[in-house]
Amino acid sequence: MNPTLVILLVACSVAASCALLGSFLVLRKMALLGDAISHAVLPGIVLAFLFTGSRAALPMVIGAGVLGVVTVLLVEMFNRSRRLREDASIGVVFPALFSLGVILISRYASQVDLDLDCVLYGEIAYAPWDVLTFAGREVGPKALWVTGGVLLFNLALVGTLWKELQLSTFDAGLAATLGFSPVALHYLLMSAVSVTVVGSFESVGAILVVALLVVPPATAWLLTERLEHMVGLAILLGIVSALGGYAFARWWDASIAGAMAMVAGLLFFAALLLAPGHGLLARLLTLRRMGGRLSGQLLLLHLQKGGAVVPAALLERRFGWSRRRLEKVLAPLRSNRLVEVDGDGLHLTESGAKVLESTGRAQLAHKL
Amino acid sequence: MDLSFGLSYTARNVLIGATLLGALGGLMGSFALLRRQSLLGDALAHAALPGVCLGFLLTGSKAPLPLFAGALVAGLLGALLILTTVRWSRLTEDAAIGIVLSVFFGCGIVLLTHIQKLPGGNQSGLDKYLFGQAATLVVEDLVVMAVLGGIVALAVLAFYKELKLLAFDPGFGASLGLPMKRLEVLLTLLLVVVVVVGLQTVGVVLIVATLITPAAAARQWTDRLGSMVLLAAAIGALAGVAGSLASAVVPRLPTGPVIVLVSSCVLLTSLLFAPRRGLLQAFLRERAVGARIRRENLLKDLYLQGERSGSWTEAISWTHLMGVRGQGSRELDHTARALADEGLVERTDDSLRLTPDGLCAAESMVRKHRLWEVYLTRRLELPSDHVHRDAEAMEHALTDRAVEALDALLDFPATDPHGRAIPRRRAA
Repeated sequence: MNPTLVILLVACSVAASCALLGSFLVLRKMALLGDAISHAVLPGIVLAFLFTGSRAALPMVIGAGVLGVVTVLLVEMFNRSRRLREDASIGVVFPALFSLGVILISRYASQVDLDLDCVLYGEIAYAPWDVLTFAGREVGPKALWVTGGVLLFNLALVGTLWKELQLSTFDAGLAATLGFSPVALHYLLMSAVSVTVVGSFESVGAILVVALLVVPPATAWLLTERLEHMVGLAILLGIVSALGGYAFARWWDASIAGAMAMVAGLLFFAALLLAPGHGLLARLLTLRRMGGRLSGQLLLLHLQKGGAVVPAALLERRFGWSRRRLEKVLAPLRSNRLVEVDGDGLHLTESGAKVLESTGRAQLAHKL
Repeated sequence: MDLSFGLSYTARNVLIGATLLGALGGLMGSFALLRRQSLLGDALAHAALPGVCLGFLLTGSKAPLPLFAGALVAGLLGALLILTTVRWSRLTEDAAIGIVLSVFFGCGIVLLTHIQKLPGGNQSGLDKYLFGQAATLVVEDLVVMAVLGGIVALAVLAFYKELKLLAFDPGFGASLGLPMKRLEVLLTLLLVVVVVVGLQTVGVVLIVATLITPAAAARQWTDRLGSMVLLAAAIGALAGVAGSLASAVVPRLPTGPVIVLVSSCVLLTSLLFAPRRGLLQAFLRERAVGARIRRENLLKDLYLQGERSGSWTEAISWTHLMGVRGQGSRELDHTARALADEGLVERTDDSLRLTPDGLCAAESMVRKHRLWEVYLTRRLELPSDHVHRDAEAMEHALTDRAVEALDALLDFPATDPHGRAIPRRRAA
């Protein structure tokens, strides 16, 4: 198989798996638990290595899965003891487990064929060359089988439990009363995250898998209001990041996985700035529009109270506005013929008075 | 003075660096922990990586200062992005931290791998920032660490009161007219400095543990910020000493992870054994309360049986008592033995009998129970068939003084809502 195609397929299936599960992590405010798991599975992987003496996928997945669940259990145990808060629980558990893994690797370096740098950022470029043999025949790159298998597993899981996941994510209380166990779902999701992390480990490493778990879903959440759209968009964004990252890494001769995280980050910051509705720019514009409308209403009320003609200078002093600000507030009022300028003063027009009358002072005050 | 402590040059540098870092981490980690920003340090460490790489790319030197400067700028930028994202978008803090952490780190890896492929880049040694290589610390690094650390410590000392307010009650601080936003920036800046100082020693991934783990351990021993900060610094320094010595003695033992494991062990010990907050203490307290409740219940059971048979001087059989609450013979024996030691019951092989003192104590329990039942039915107007369970709990909590006040409040009732006599307090 064409090596480039293998790399792209592996990258895309990792990205899709991560985006699928990551959407639920982000919505459940558990992004950092995913981060913790991605570090804490390391000793599980190393132990699987030491016991089996090989890079066989199944023991590694099992070892990592066990450690993932252990992480979640430990974090929750510390939480429940009420001696540590959740952030601190996470912050003490995963470094300890990761340290254990690093020490195991250093001590048994001769038996463990794991490069420490690869643990952090993987080496997807090797994916095409590690070929799986089955019944004496080569059946294609191992990474493709592993990541493809993980993707199918995740699709099956989320597809089967869609309704349950959706409900327990948005309304855990209702889910519990309807008889779905939020705890069971929580652990199922965390196990799936562990499996995904270990499946992605060799390709993108412990930290960049976090980028794929968190960044595309967070980007998607800024862009849509519906869960199914968010998940779909997250997968799409993940794949775009994977492809874009590959192209960039090839061009600049750098780590593919790192570039994937970088592209995902660029997409995120673009969405953070420009997303309609939830983007910073949109929010800023809304705030300004609301501020402008508010100022207009203030001005109208003031003119009504002040009587016939109110000098502009008085208004400026009273509101602490500059001349430019006053002009800006006035512009829409004048073009709608609610206010007229009379020399140095302002007064309400008949229609302006009518508008005030019809909206009603109480309503206006309420709006203010 | 001989400063080598009988160690090699490298081991001595590692020892000094790790101790310094441990103390600094504990100091700043205490504030991060109390402000529930434990993982901010993690994000800042990851965010610093591209800064280190850019510092190298721009200056072409591995001197500590430009790399520190780059890390500082990148770390601050990361912190700013987290703040902006949380403040202005719908994303929550965990997502913002995860995003900054992984994206910055990804950029750092891109730069790092790019540098490694540059001609001569292989020798840049920047990858020591990933896992930390304490062994690469040279005196120049130590000087930079000491100077920056001294600045951080002085800043904390100078703004101690303000930072304390920030940690516990920023709203109150703002109402006093203190510039809380600026103090927050200062605290974040100090945190970034410590993180950057630690990068070379313990690496990007494990920095968070040098901040949080000693602080979390110290928190178990004290409720005062001053002692917590000092204790956290001490624990951090201790872990630094232990980690650097262990890695000097044992071959192929990386310093950073050992430091983390040592402080994790201190944390576990603290969680279990600290006085007052310790889990062991809590467990023992709970067990003591349970034992007292069982003793009081047994006294009451003996009293009630005597009440039924009309005589409190009769011995009551073991089997009967086991049947009342369905307890095992060992548990019952344990409780009975404790009561016998207090001189409240006489025990024989197959029965128990109240002594006069025991009868007094039992009457007091029954009195509390029945007076509470009266209170619930008369004053709170609960139906009389719903009050027993409340009284079962309350009888173990009411003090003698409270029960006399209750008696007076209810105008000294003679019977409980079920018509049974309320034992009167005897003239002692």
